[in-house]
Amino acid sequence: MFKKILASNPLIMLIFSAVVLSAPIWLAPFGANYPDLLQKFAIFGIFAVGYNILFGLTGYLSFGHATFLGIGSYTAVWSFKLLTMNILPAIVLAMIVSGLFAVVIGYLSLRRSGIYFSILTLAFAQMAYSLAYSVLTPITNGETGLQVSQQDPRVLDAMAGIAVTDGIPSTNLFGALIKSQGGYYGFYVAAVLLIIAFYISLKIFRSPFGMKLRAIKSNQTRMKYTGFNTKPYLLTAFVISGMYAGLAGGLLASIDPLAGAERMQWTASGEVVLMTILGGVGTLIGPLLGTTLIKYFENIFSALNDSELHSMFSFMPEGLQNIMVTVVSPFVGEGWHLTLGLVFMIVVIFLPGGIMQGLTHLFNFVKRLVGLGGSNKVIDNMAANDTPNNTLNKHKGEA
Amino acid sequence: MDAILIQILNGLDKGGAYALIALGLTLTFGTLGVVNFAHGALFMLGAFCAVLFNKLLTFSTKVKDESITFFDAYKEQPYLELWFGDLGTTIIDYSVPLSILFAIPVMLLIGVIMERGLIKHFYKREHADQILVTFGLAIVIQEIIRHFFGANPIPMPPPEIVSGSAPLGAMLGLNENLVYPWWRLIYLAFSLLIIGAVFAFLKFTTFGMVVRAGMADRETVELLGINVQKRFTIVFGIATVVAGLAGVMYAPILPPDYHMGMDFLVLSFVVVVVGGMGSLGGAVLAGFMLGLLQSFASMNEVKSILPGIDQIIIYLVAVVILLVRPRGLMGREGVFED
Amino acid sequence: MSIILDISSVNKTFGGLQALNDVNLKIEEGETHAIIGPNGAGKSTLLNCCIGRLIPDSGSVTFNGQNMIGMQPHDINHAGMVRIFQTPEIFPDLTLLQNVMVPALAKRDGTFKFNPFKSLSAEKAILEEAHATLADFELDKFHDQLANSISRGDKRRLELAMGIIQHPKLLLLDEPTAGMARHDTNRTIDLLNSDKMQNMTKVIIEHDMHVVFSLADRISVLVRGNIITTGTPEEIKNDPKVKEAYLGESDEGESEDE
Repeated sequence: MFKKILASNPLIMLIFSAVVLSAPIWLAPFGANYPDLLQKFAIFGIFAVGYNILFGLTGYLSFGHATFLGIGSYTAVWSFKLLTMNILPAIVLAMIVSGLFAVVIGYLSLRRSGIYFSILTLAFAQMAYSLAYSVLTPITNGETGLQVSQQDPRVLDAMAGIAVTDGIPSTNLFGALIKSQGGYYGFYVAAVLLIIAFYISLKIFRSPFGMKLRAIKSNQTRMKYTGFNTKPYLLTAFVISGMYAGLAGGLLASIDPLAGAERMQWTASGEVVLMTILGGVGTLIGPLLGTTLIKYFENIFSALNDSELHSMFSFMPEGLQNIMVTVVSPFVGEGWHLTLGLVFMIVVIFLPGGIMQGLTHLFNFVKRLVGLGGSNKVIDNMAANDTPNNTLNKHKGEA
Repeated sequence: MDAILIQILNGLDKGGAYALIALGLTLTFGTLGVVNFAHGALFMLGAFCAVLFNKLLTFSTKVKDESITFFDAYKEQPYLELWFGDLGTTIIDYSVPLSILFAIPVMLLIGVIMERGLIKHFYKREHADQILVTFGLAIVIQEIIRHFFGANPIPMPPPEIVSGSAPLGAMLGLNENLVYPWWRLIYLAFSLLIIGAVFAFLKFTTFGMVVRAGMADRETVELLGINVQKRFTIVFGIATVVAGLAGVMYAPILPPDYHMGMDFLVLSFVVVVVGGMGSLGGAVLAGFMLGLLQSFASMNEVKSILPGIDQIIIYLVAVVILLVRPRGLMGREGVFED
Repeated sequence: MSIILDISSVNKTFGGLQALNDVNLKIEEGETHAIIGPNGAGKSTLLNCCIGRLIPDSGSVTFNGQNMIGMQPHDINHAGMVRIFQTPEIFPDLTLLQNVMVPALAKRDGTFKFNPFKSLSAEKAILEEAHATLADFELDKFHDQLANSISRGDKRRLELAMGIIQHPKLLLLDEPTAGMARHDTNRTIDLLNSDKMQNMTKVIIEHDMHVVFSLADRISVLVRGNIITTGTPEEIKNDPKVKEAYLGESDEGESEDE
């Protein structure tokens, strides 16, 4: 039965949609059902799902994908300023523009592989970041960040006779304000896009195209002698993942019409790598798991402070309570990044396949324990299709 | 003319720091085959060795302030001054150069622990895994430093006697007004000294010979039955110390903060790539070259023609070199090309 | 018989070493041609010059009337020349079935095709062909195992299957039985002699004389970059030049096998 569910796309999509759309309900017990966080889950989920199409399928480790996120945000804000506050054109334009940048950056970076590829993407990302802060200030508004204002032309809105009379205009989708329903509307817009994004990723994973990408990761030399020109395959994967990042960036700006260069910093690129790896590189659902966990704990941990810790450990005797607070406090609040770094290291050292690998092990273990025995086909099949390999990166192509 | 001389010195100065960091980085590449994204953090740790040492030296107690007579005033006075008087004051004044003595064992220890505890297990793993785990480590180191020293840059004064500027113009018989900070001149000399020492060590000792042989052909060296394990640890230790020393002496130039390592890491990777992976000479050459380029790109005359060039020149050079000559300036064929 | 592969006056030097010296070789359609010679004779260099891995210093390689020199490996594959490597070049992280599906797709899709919305399970013809090919090589029972989990002999047979599924006009085999146990070697010989493969044009580089004499229609002997003779197995066996230059060393050659 399990195998059947995994093999059927409509069933997977049905379950996936149900889980995503009902997130405000089932996340309530975790205290994570407020719109701000839910939106982050969905948007960064899209980012990670797209990144996984490049890194997970081809094994090419890009350290510059936040660039496309930033470009998407800037494009969307410009669309709000010049065209309309409707988010649909903004999002479409965000994807197109980041896609175009991805074509150029990808074409150049993919001339090399391995660590050289990583450094090339990093160099392009740093260039974009530095330029956004300096020369491109007329476009990016430098350190202040790009914002919408009442005086913006908004040609399409003006033509439709929509005028903003009080304060800064708000984003909408054909009239329905994104921030309406206390922000839940924004979440549902992002959630629907996440479902579409996930569906496309699922199709790619299970298409001949996806299998070829995986074959490139496994043995690029063999791929060439098998009669494939690997460059266009890699470039396509790069551009698709760049467009996903652009979509995520456009959505970020749609929720909050603001774009800043810090979104393009290389630590932001590092974060998406981390989300993908934590969940399980090359698996369908892993990157989403990773994103949800990281954004959730970021939210919880970074908000904690010493007095809250004291109340958390208040059941302990005072001496022990103080010790616990002293031990824990470096890891929360400002120290959240310390926890993040440690988790990162632990995952890479002990569980290179991420949470999905852990779950697969657990599943096998339970099965043996229960004594289902017999064939291991389900797991083997999963391993072959959707679960990680032990190595994160396997391309052997020439540099 | 004067402006150009200043830019050359500025460039060489920056280049010295780049070269020192890149030297350690490429040494780790070449011998251990490890891509270390935490190398920048080691540079930062070096700078914080200077901060910590200064803190230790100025460990103070409250004493009565004798200079104020009409009421009882107290002031903080370092124990060193209480015990040794003027000598103590002098020692504190020289805390930055003195912390070299403190930094060498500390950094060596950090390097050995890092190699034994973590890096060792990643020799046989993919480069991507190495990048990821050391990237995680860099975050951890950086956050630990922030926890103890805070987020703000901590100014570290150089010794009083060299805190001013050298009358360079007068010394060279040029414009009298041409001056340059003493400490920056010292840094340049220091970086050249360390680079020379590392090269001499590799060139003239048996250990260095084995390391160089290992960089050229690792398998053969292993086949010769030489204990590479132990040597790897030492090489990593040396790379750590070199990065640390570069950091210690840079503290008076750039007040250390917890994320300075990341800023320098990206740059030094670029330096290593431009120089050619695994080429020590290439790393030094590229370090100085990129330092000079960056310095010239920040001149107003250049910026007015190519706005923003100072921000991206290094990355631009890196991209061009990688695309046109992937082996870098002096890299050998086949290094890290898989 | 028409000439399918024409290697003419090919020279290749590495540094000061003359790896190939004015090599002329004509492969006829339908034949199985073995190239033998001691280690370092230039056999692999010759193959690499045919397949686009190396570019000869001078001379020409014409396949099916088409000049091969300077062509990309993937274009050479589509011209109909497929190479099987000495160390098995497979996709270790894919299943056996996927391993043979990929080359089958190459044959159908060409060097690049973007079809992300087509489902793999809908590729009925390809799947069928892949299963059939695996069955021919007695590998179908492992079809959903990862390729790095099977034995070395099976991996080499898998690579052979990956080559065969493309129906090449010419198959280049680099020591197809090196490192195999005797029983595995015999299985491979039987496979290569089977009805399906007998009439396929093949060039085989091989140390093992047993294999060479069981398979080859004609044999060329390469010594220090020179083809010293070409002939039928009988002629080669009785050629005094060959005995002197090569067969005397062949024991040494065979011991190279793992």
